[in-house]
Amino acid sequence: MAEITLQDIIQPENLVYEKSKLLTEKPFHYCPGCGHGTVHRIIAEVLEELGVDDRTIGVSPVGCAVMAYDYFDVDFVEAAHGRAPACATGIKRVWPDKVVFSYQGDGDLAAIGTCETIHTCNRGENITMIFVNNGIYGMTGGQMAPTTLVGMKTATTPYGRMPQWPDGTPNNGFPLQITQLLAQLPGTRYVTRQAVFSAAAVRNCKKAIKKAFQNQIENKNGVNFVEIVSNCNSNWKMSAVDANKWLQDNMLPVYPLGDLKDNFELIKK
Amino acid sequence: MGELKLMKGNEALAEAAIRCGADAYFGYPITPQSEVIEYLSEQNPYERTGMVVLQSSSPGVCLKQEGLAYIAGAEVPCVFADVVRGGPGLGTIQPSQADYFQNTKGGGNGDYRNIVLAPASVQEMADFVPLGFELAFKYRMAVCILSDGAIGQMMEKVVLPEQKARLTEEEIKAKYPWALTGRKRGTQHRVITSLDLDSARMEEHNRHLQRKYDEVTKNEVRYEMIDCDDAEYVFVAYGSSARIAQKSVQLGRAAGLKVGLLRPITLWPYPTQAIRNLIDKGVKGFLSVELSCGQMIEDVLLACNGRAKAEHFGRVGGIIHTPEEVLEAMKKQIIGE
Repeated sequence: MAEITLQDIIQPENLVYEKSKLLTEKPFHYCPGCGHGTVHRIIAEVLEELGVDDRTIGVSPVGCAVMAYDYFDVDFVEAAHGRAPACATGIKRVWPDKVVFSYQGDGDLAAIGTCETIHTCNRGENITMIFVNNGIYGMTGGQMAPTTLVGMKTATTPYGRMPQWPDGTPNNGFPLQITQLLAQLPGTRYVTRQAVFSAAAVRNCKKAIKKAFQNQIENKNGVNFVEIVSNCNSNWKMSAVDANKWLQDNMLPVYPLGDLKDNFELIKK
Repeated sequence: MGELKLMKGNEALAEAAIRCGADAYFGYPITPQSEVIEYLSEQNPYERTGMVVLQSSSPGVCLKQEGLAYIAGAEVPCVFADVVRGGPGLGTIQPSQADYFQNTKGGGNGDYRNIVLAPASVQEMADFVPLGFELAFKYRMAVCILSDGAIGQMMEKVVLPEQKARLTEEEIKAKYPWALTGRKRGTQHRVITSLDLDSARMEEHNRHLQRKYDEVTKNEVRYEMIDCDDAEYVFVAYGSSARIAQKSVQLGRAAGLKVGLLRPITLWPYPTQAIRNLIDKGVKGFLSVELSCGQMIEDVLLACNGRAKAEHFGRVGGIIHTPEEVLEAMKKQIIGE
């Protein structure tokens, strides 16, 4: 019996998965174990499947994903810190037939860009907003974000996030439930919270992101908003595996997964 | 010849923007320029005509500085209008020219420049919009139309430009290959960014910007001279102050004084050489007349470089100087009696 070589196996008919053609050859600068790479891959696959790469314009944030434009083979603008939804609004208003999406982290979308986020969603711009929430400022080295969990240690909450001092006077405040808040606005069509810590979560996340783009492509009015609860193993100071475990035990109770709003209707749980 | 109308400066600017083909508009209502946003909302520019206009007044323009620095770094064309009011902070809603530094020297971060056009009439409020778009797209940079509450609010006769058609997507792709319209299959994707962490490339990017600014300085200086041919003393004033100083020149000439007016139309690039030429021709002194505590005077002094006397005169807080007090200041501070 002839020996089967690797060359025999690597044949087109055996291909079950390949890298999206809309991801460039540039190696990701993201830390090993970070969720950004997976989210990038999902977006690239979705855009490729929908066949809109020649009319897509992405808007990257300031933060870890600032150079997202290097990884996607589609046209891209890099916005000022927090202004990606405003920038996306301008592009979509001038080019209504383009597919426009913003990609932001929690420091960008839920802190410095809260104003742009809320008003873009309230105006109901026909865009897709991707929000990667890891509860911390990643690129600057792990400072507290508005989304940081109570008790979570960061570079600026070295004793853990304490919303109030023991006597009730204000201190670090509470984790900002920005996605719930946006779901309440009449301008949001589809609001969902997803994750990428497991194969099942990645599959669900891809379905959600695809829907968020499809709605836009079909010119259904309103913002399509996808939060992805992700990890920051480097700044959480954990291994990637431990970070994904910690995410499920600690982040998900505060940021539970699932659709919050669909077709302008809040989903009651 | 275009259409003749009686309009406010703010309205003329808004109408000219529509006629240039602007179909997207982002502004913030701040006195004394709120008519711009009102006028554009009423006229539904998107129904009449891909250019974008930004507009605000002093405190709002502070907020735009972040975007202007990004626009400079990313080399995106942009026209913005600042109808200046008094500061600092919330200051006053009355006219002022105290944002000269902010608009000519920066305001945002980094080594960058914006072209600054200073209209002195309602007609120029309209004329500088097409000029602004032309320069913004030619050099891929921001152009500021720097007026003040007086120019924005006053009504004058104005000849409006012809309505231009909106460029089609194909025309945009041909004329502006850098513009993001979606990456054509089989071609390199395009990125508009001000970021580059590679120091060598970033240094070259900055050098490239400076070469562009040198080119602008060489080609785009604009100014007007009034009664300067035989002048010994010259007022330097822009915008509403230039209108007042023009009257001061008439009063001075009637009193036998050889005075003239140099009106910078571009505040950046500044008409430095025009001042030097006047010194070569025998001008002994300059009075920089501004509705500020003395900002443009720094550019006049740089141009003079010690070869002629130059001082500042100006009222602030919303008070507008009279032609008489401007002439008096020239006599007292520059001519000497």
